[in-house]
Amino acid sequence: MKAAAYRIARAGSLDEAVRQLQDADDYPKVVAGGQSLGAMLNLRLAQPDRLVDLDGIAGLAGAQETADELVLGAMTTHAAIEDGLGAAATAGFLPHVARGIAYRAVRNRGTMGGSLCHADPAADWVSALAAAGAQLVLQGPQGRRTVAAESFMRSAFEADVQPDEVLAQVRIARFSASARWSYRKFCRKTGEFALAIAAAVRDPARGVERLVLGGLDGPPRVLDEPGLLAPLAGASARAALLARALPGLDELRAALQADLLGQVAADIGARP
Amino acid sequence: MSTFLEFPAVHTQPVTLTVNGRQHRIEIEPRTHLADALREHCGLTATHIGCEHGVCGACTVEVDGAPQRSCLQSAVRFEGKSVTTLEALDDDPLAAELRAAFTREHALQCGYCTPGMLMTARDIVRRLPDADEARVREELAGNLCRCTGYAGIVRAIESVLQARRAAAPATAPL
Repeated sequence: MKAAAYRIARAGSLDEAVRQLQDADDYPKVVAGGQSLGAMLNLRLAQPDRLVDLDGIAGLAGAQETADELVLGAMTTHAAIEDGLGAAATAGFLPHVARGIAYRAVRNRGTMGGSLCHADPAADWVSALAAAGAQLVLQGPQGRRTVAAESFMRSAFEADVQPDEVLAQVRIARFSASARWSYRKFCRKTGEFALAIAAAVRDPARGVERLVLGGLDGPPRVLDEPGLLAPLAGASARAALLARALPGLDELRAALQADLLGQVAADIGARP
Repeated sequence: MSTFLEFPAVHTQPVTLTVNGRQHRIEIEPRTHLADALREHCGLTATHIGCEHGVCGACTVEVDGAPQRSCLQSAVRFEGKSVTTLEALDDDPLAAELRAAFTREHALQCGYCTPGMLMTARDIVRRLPDADEARVREELAGNLCRCTGYAGIVRAIESVLQARRAAAPATAPL
């Protein structure tokens, strides 16, 4: 399988990338790490005329930390996060998620921003960052705007990013010392895309209690309600929550979600 | 009417790749992925191509010291980076240990996956010196072998890890 013909140009800055996306009557596409797009190109599921390559933009990878926030550049690789970037600010949540993404050879090149914009419902950051309450900063011709991670995916493979916009940053509020989190998924094989994902962050000091059910046909289901997680130690409470949150889910996925939810409840220390 | 097949004109561009410490100046279509560029344009055929969508791991090479798929990105994107393929590892001590272990433990049959397996094995030994069998298996999930059932490959990598741990009981860097 060989990709259909396309051209490729490196952008030297975010402004230049936005310009390259604008000045066209052809079909340009942003490439970050290219670990999903590369497969789509080879399978000819994606046939852009032109790739706008973000690889040469200085400062788009890596982390900056303040007293209350972690800011990750969109080109930060999964491997960099697996190896500890953002570990302290999220009590180990981000590295745990990163280690489960595909395979090390893919994580070495795949990026958080690329994964988010690719908007595969079975991918990890979509659900994990919704659970973490992340904010996504996009740059376009009119400047920057911010979108909540939980509403970034509109449908399968469709994100809230305009054709002339580039995702620049992922901002995550620092977890408090008492934060508990869980991230569970079911894959048929290690590193494969998940059939079901359940993620939760419970951080009473910040008033955060959020549950995300992902790996669905579309965007993840985000439940952001105080007191939501505590009662989930009971199987009947979990079944009731799933029936309410994901009505009409097929039998296999419902069973997987029920099992993952039980693991999440145990991870975050839910009590009946 | 021409009796020959006529192909449309294609856009190509010059690219300079640094592979195994040597500069290769090649002329390619931008859609050419690195594995094809290595095999068809640089004459380096140790890198194998299996699935061409990032799943099988046969095309794994080192880019700036870390393993990557060579089938997933245009070769144009590797300009300015340092690519290492299996051809460069003849005299590498760790690769020699792995080759001996693969031979001893019957870690290959047809050999198609072996270049990618050796690249991943090198990464496991260097990055995870304390890896146990479960971790080796987890890390190998991105390399498919249809002959061996993985048992020999896992044993081979474990035996190199154990030999290295025995030789350097302290946490000395490799």
